[in-house]
Amino acid sequence: MAQAYSPGLTVTKSTVLRKDRILPLKGKVLVKKGDKVKADDVVAETLLPGKVVPFNLANKLNVTPNLVNQYIKVKAGDKIKKGQVMAVTKGFFGLFKTAVKAPLDGEIENISTITGQMLLREPRIPIQVKAFIDGVVVEVIPEEGVVIENKSAYIQGIFGLSGERSGEIKLLVSTPDEIIDTKKIDESCKDKIIICGALINYAAIKQAQNMGVSGIITGGIDDQDLKKLLGYNIGVAITGHEDIGLTIVVTEGFGKIKMAHNTFELLKSFEGHKASIHGITQIRAGVMRPEIIIPIDFKENELKAEAPKMSSLEIGTTIRVIRQPNFGIIGKVTGLPEKLTKVESETLVRILEAELENGKKVTIPRANVEVIET
Amino acid sequence: MGDTQKLKRIIATDCGSTTTKSILIEYVDGEYRQTVRGEAPTTVEKPLNDVTKGVINAVTELEELARLKYNDKSIKFIKDDTIWISDKEDEGVDAYVSTSSAGGGLQMMVTGVVARMTGESAERAALGAGAIVMDLIASNDKRANYEKIERIRQLRPDMILMAGGVDGGTTKHVVELAELVSAADPKPRLGSSYKLPVIYAGNTSAQDIIKETLADKTDLIITENLRPVLERENLGPARDKIHDLFMEHVMAQAPGYNKLMSWTKGPVNGKLKNIPIMPTPAAVGNIMQTIAKINNIEVLGVDIGGATTDVFSVFTEDRVFNRTVSANLGMSYSISNVLATSGLENILRWVPFEIDESELLNMIKNKMIRPTTIPQQLKELILEQAIAKEALKYAFIQHKEFAAGLKGGQKKREIADAFSQSTSGASIVDMMSLDLLVGSGGVLSHAPRRNQSVMMMIDSFLPEGITQLAVDSIFMMPQLGVLAEISEKAATEVFEKDCLIYLGSCVAPVGSIKPSKIALSARLELPNGEIFEEDIPFGEVRLIPCGIDEKAKAHLKPGKGLDLGEGKNQEISCDLHGGVVGIVLDTRGRQPFVLPNESSVRVPLLKKWMKEFKVYPEVN
Repeated sequence: MAQAYSPGLTVTKSTVLRKDRILPLKGKVLVKKGDKVKADDVVAETLLPGKVVPFNLANKLNVTPNLVNQYIKVKAGDKIKKGQVMAVTKGFFGLFKTAVKAPLDGEIENISTITGQMLLREPRIPIQVKAFIDGVVVEVIPEEGVVIENKSAYIQGIFGLSGERSGEIKLLVSTPDEIIDTKKIDESCKDKIIICGALINYAAIKQAQNMGVSGIITGGIDDQDLKKLLGYNIGVAITGHEDIGLTIVVTEGFGKIKMAHNTFELLKSFEGHKASIHGITQIRAGVMRPEIIIPIDFKENELKAEAPKMSSLEIGTTIRVIRQPNFGIIGKVTGLPEKLTKVESETLVRILEAELENGKKVTIPRANVEVIET
Repeated sequence: MGDTQKLKRIIATDCGSTTTKSILIEYVDGEYRQTVRGEAPTTVEKPLNDVTKGVINAVTELEELARLKYNDKSIKFIKDDTIWISDKEDEGVDAYVSTSSAGGGLQMMVTGVVARMTGESAERAALGAGAIVMDLIASNDKRANYEKIERIRQLRPDMILMAGGVDGGTTKHVVELAELVSAADPKPRLGSSYKLPVIYAGNTSAQDIIKETLADKTDLIITENLRPVLERENLGPARDKIHDLFMEHVMAQAPGYNKLMSWTKGPVNGKLKNIPIMPTPAAVGNIMQTIAKINNIEVLGVDIGGATTDVFSVFTEDRVFNRTVSANLGMSYSISNVLATSGLENILRWVPFEIDESELLNMIKNKMIRPTTIPQQLKELILEQAIAKEALKYAFIQHKEFAAGLKGGQKKREIADAFSQSTSGASIVDMMSLDLLVGSGGVLSHAPRRNQSVMMMIDSFLPEGITQLAVDSIFMMPQLGVLAEISEKAATEVFEKDCLIYLGSCVAPVGSIKPSKIALSARLELPNGEIFEEDIPFGEVRLIPCGIDEKAKAHLKPGKGLDLGEGKNQEISCDLHGGVVGIVLDTRGRQPFVLPNESSVRVPLLKKWMKEFKVYPEVN
């Protein structure tokens, strides 16, 4: 029997996960090895110097640069608030004084009595890296970041948009083949990760954006809606940077496709739990797929990563059809003929025989199914 | 070469971005023949993320099919999770060789000082080399430095092209950009077996500082400034460097590549030695050059894969060889990019039935996210072949420009052109003088009917005058290209007997006339004594059966104002080669070849041509 490998996406109730959380520039790691962290905890941060803004003080005071020192109320290194008086002229007999106020929050970098210029610096910009998943710090990379491990229910999506977000899981459909009704997305969905069924359309995505939804998990999405949402057509699947205010994880594909039973049931069983998701997808060698991570309780000695398993096709294996006809339908393998077989398109391929969940008996090219782990 | 030793059995694989193909070559009755072939999806996705798993699967299929063929259950090619190389006669194989393009398409980041000036020049150089530009980072692009660094890390580019500054100008900005790249410390997406290539094509005065900043962390290559002065672009050197680096370093790499490198072994001068894995386009290029050399002809070849489409040509009396890799035109990973490049209308113009646009768009995207699937339904096959025609067309356009670019030199850009795009130079690719057009790659080699390959190749390459067509029988040119490294005899024998399949010839007058006028008066004496004689009006296709190794004596007279290669209105008498499909007389016009925009006119025409080509079952 052929060891035909059919790439399938991982959907599991429990797995050990390991995530690197690294700063873009060197900075400070705020946690130590063994610390338990929550998804929203900042684990490392760095402060970037703010922008320098030149400010012609002599000009504002209407004096020559060498006189600036006589009127100034602040010195280099001082913190300033917007509107705070930085210098005042003496005026005439105490009248007609000119006060110069700070144009921004920040600090004084430098005051020159040669040019009469001040250099003001905007506040430092904190760059933070959050834990993204609830878990334990298992490694600290000094000045750079940490590695976090946990035990989670874990679902791989097929395609996604936008970066990391977390939120509570909220089911908005009762069956995996339902199309989400826009009206169901209301204020109660704010900051939640909403579970839709077989399709979410453009209007519903817009509604989710307006209601402050954190993430959408859907079986299918329409390519034209995607184009409308992004304003461009995706040529090569490299996503994750979209600035759309929420994260979308598609579990099945493009068009209306019923969410896989296992995926739907798993999400349903964790309704109300907190999940971390991202839509980062890179479909090329070294593939990256979107992830849905739902942390579960664990003891530290349970954190042992399992070796990757190779799914195989055998009689009785549960499969999902991943191409037309019968796209998205689940079935069981009933036969694995070894000889090449001609299908409707006249292509000669290795096929399998299967009985689908709707009772239909079909033959399908082996390349057009994926194995579902049970 | 190790031709002196006896090799009884050799396994060769080609790890493509989508599929890993395996072939078994055996020494049977005094000659080498390709006897069994297998394939399996390439495994570059988690959790396996190891190209050798796909190799094992493809060779397992080979093993099973060999057992079936010889009714011998003891045949075994795999032992201890690796390919069993043994010098004993009745076990394992004598050698294992492989090619790889599993790394897939080329995705780059470019940097420049001013986004609209050097930045755009750099982008054009990258696009010209067939890359996708993931992002353009410029000194003036308003993002904070940390955002730029994060972006470089997140996107995991295959390569970075750095430009900026005219020669002798300020070095400050370009050095700042180099510092950003250095701070990002970019790692190649395919693991640590090589450093990320960074090409510097900016201000020459900054070269030393750039070396100091980047030489340790990256695989730094310095080339000529792509914008030496403001008014002149010099994209050629940077573009060529990108192309070479991609082929040599990025494309073949894939997760598990190091492990695979330790597997490929064969006897050289009596000792078992490692046989380096060859990038697929290098291997196919070797084969194409060999075909041109042996027959002393002009050859144009194409290998259309899942992520990339490679075009090869040998033209002019000096037999100048050119090879281009269109890194993001392909039938699976890059299929959506074919759509983005060509536009939906251009794909739909080849489709002979009405289809809901959103259904087609979703189908294309689904293929992109599940690249290893194959069309089971006839409708989907027709759609994929329509997309293939556009992918081939654009890869060929790129090749023509590239082949010209190599001969040409610098392109002067006036200040007024600085904000616009344009192409340059005359191509050495001449379809009229071309002798043989060869197709390879899944969609051409595995088309259910060879007639479909003929149609796809003619519709996309639009051969002119008289051209012979051939196809790689089961997509094994890459493997033969690397096999030649250990046994030229085996490679040559298999190539001649099992690899190249002649499809036939295409006769196409160049020019355009009114549809009612006669475009070609043809008289063909066929080998079986039959005579084909017809005055064919403009806008038609005829397919005349004429078998492989057969020739038809032809007298051809082009319509008024049309040219078959000897000049306008000049008649030709010649032998036309047959093939498994036959001789195609194509009077649909060249330069231009026009498909009507109106679907009510176009669809009946497509159906008529498809019926004549005998491509699909329903329109027979």
